[in-house]
Amino acid sequence: MQSILKVQEVETRFGENLVHDGINLHVKEGEIYGFLGPSGCGKSTLMREVIMLEHFSKGSIELLGHKLENIKAKQAQELRLQWGVLFQSNALFTSLTVFENIALSLHEYTKFSKEMIRDIVSFKLDIVGLKQSDGALFPSQISGGMKKKAALARALVMDPKVLFLDEPTSGLDPISAREFDALIMNLRDLLNLSVVMVTHDLTSITTTLDRMAVIDNKKIVAEGSLEEVLKIQSPFIERFFKMEG
Amino acid sequence: MPNSLHLLVRHESEATIVRFEGVPNLQKLCIVQKRLQRTFSSLDKKNVVWEFDGLERMDSALAVVVAKHTFLAKQKGIEVQKQGMNREVEKMLHMAETHSHFGANHVSTKQGILADIGENSLERLEKLLAFFAFFGQTTLIFFQMLYNIRSLRWKETVFEVYESGIKVLPIVILTMFLVGVVVAYQSSSQLKLYGANIFIVDMLGISILRELAPMLAAIIVAGRSGSAYAAQIGVMKITEELDAMRTMGFNPYAFLVVPRMLALMLMMPILIFFADMAGLLGGILIAKVDLGLTPHIFMERFTAVVNVKHFWIGLFKGPFFAMLIASIGIYRGLQVKNDTQSIGFNTTKSVVEAIFAVIICDAFFSIVFTNLGY
Repeated sequence: MQSILKVQEVETRFGENLVHDGINLHVKEGEIYGFLGPSGCGKSTLMREVIMLEHFSKGSIELLGHKLENIKAKQAQELRLQWGVLFQSNALFTSLTVFENIALSLHEYTKFSKEMIRDIVSFKLDIVGLKQSDGALFPSQISGGMKKKAALARALVMDPKVLFLDEPTSGLDPISAREFDALIMNLRDLLNLSVVMVTHDLTSITTTLDRMAVIDNKKIVAEGSLEEVLKIQSPFIERFFKMEG
Repeated sequence: MPNSLHLLVRHESEATIVRFEGVPNLQKLCIVQKRLQRTFSSLDKKNVVWEFDGLERMDSALAVVVAKHTFLAKQKGIEVQKQGMNREVEKMLHMAETHSHFGANHVSTKQGILADIGENSLERLEKLLAFFAFFGQTTLIFFQMLYNIRSLRWKETVFEVYESGIKVLPIVILTMFLVGVVVAYQSSSQLKLYGANIFIVDMLGISILRELAPMLAAIIVAGRSGSAYAAQIGVMKITEELDAMRTMGFNPYAFLVVPRMLALMLMMPILIFFADMAGLLGGILIAKVDLGLTPHIFMERFTAVVNVKHFWIGLFKGPFFAMLIASIGIYRGLQVKNDTQSIGFNTTKSVVEAIFAVIICDAFFSIVFTNLGY
């Protein structure tokens, strides 16, 4: 299996504050990978560095064969069309309907006819479990769970190779959260996705993740499958996984 | 080319064979889809065979395209077969067929113009009633707090006095000084024609004290503080801070509305006073430079012809303007719905409506005072 994401010796500094001190990890094609760690450990920052919203100070990040530290504007733009990002607060455009939110990239980047775009968007609405009539609604008119699904459909519209999810189940009720987990696993199988997510949700971690990286104290304390991670001696892992006890 | 998708169409004796080769990508797919459309519309055979064994990968957009053309062909009574599917292609096609809704309608249905007018009017009426309700509530709390003066939020009020009253002072003074200069300069060139230089004092005195200074101060405050009120309270509404206050038993009207209103009502006359001074200073400057009237002569004439009532009328309007500006700004803030766009919308609205309300109010005062003989 090829690696789609390689993070090597990444160091991040915000002024005096050292956030990451030599982070190493790699994500293989087709797996669901999680960034775990206590609040404020910089896992969201790491994700934002991977999706080029934040700069890192030292080290190297390689995503889908592009090195991000010296990427050219054109390659960066190409890369942006090969991933989908789901933000924690969904970040749906409030001035557009759900349908228009999903169709936006297709309108901008392809020459499909209106009819074809409509068919593709209908399909995406359906696979994330939204009704066709939901497409006509504005984000302010739908519930949190539906917003999450709509944002997922928007992230999936360009058939991305990688999907980035920032705490996808936060703010969802347990039933919706489990449904969402199942949806992600199902989509991974159907669409050959690789998924990278930041998560706190213990059930998501045990059921969906193939491998994970635990970030604590500015470093990776463990990387691997759940069994491998559980073998590592670390106060955070003890507290986090043994809570359910 | 590693990243390219080819469409090969072969016509055999019984069937048309449509073959895909390469790797799907969205750019190529647009072209392929248009060719497919042409092929299918000019189909003379009763059989179509899709061939997938040349595909290296499958993606969902291609699957949707195939599913759509299969669907359309079957509608026309054409037999469709699929060949050379590996597991991935089959899975993807199956998904596309089960999850597609060809011809689904995502556009909300349009209604007639009469229904639009009716809906709009009702909405506006509701807004107006909501504003009255807001105004009533504010007035009630306002007098309750005046009655029990200890319950007034002094800290918040003083903060607002500083924020929306004192911080605007420089811009009000500068603007009014320049307006004084401009008005004096424009009128001086006319007055010089008649040799009526001294009348510049009458003109400036009455127009600035009575109309220009209060109006201009109100417009600046509406643009600066009124809009700030709308935005601040709008954001607090979106982040549920207002709801939090309510659940903790704090009345948002007492904490947010009354302090802002009171602060502006206190500060407005003071702002108008400074605007008066700045405007007259501009006038005196031009009178000296352009018309050769010394400040001494200016002031002498000023005390002789400009009645002090004009000054008082100007100040008197202040609290009324302030009340309008503050209440419209805050009301607009409270009207913010749960999306980011409505902050911008309501902030803009608050400024436009506040300035409009101030002008209406000014016109009303103008008529009333003139008829009362002031």
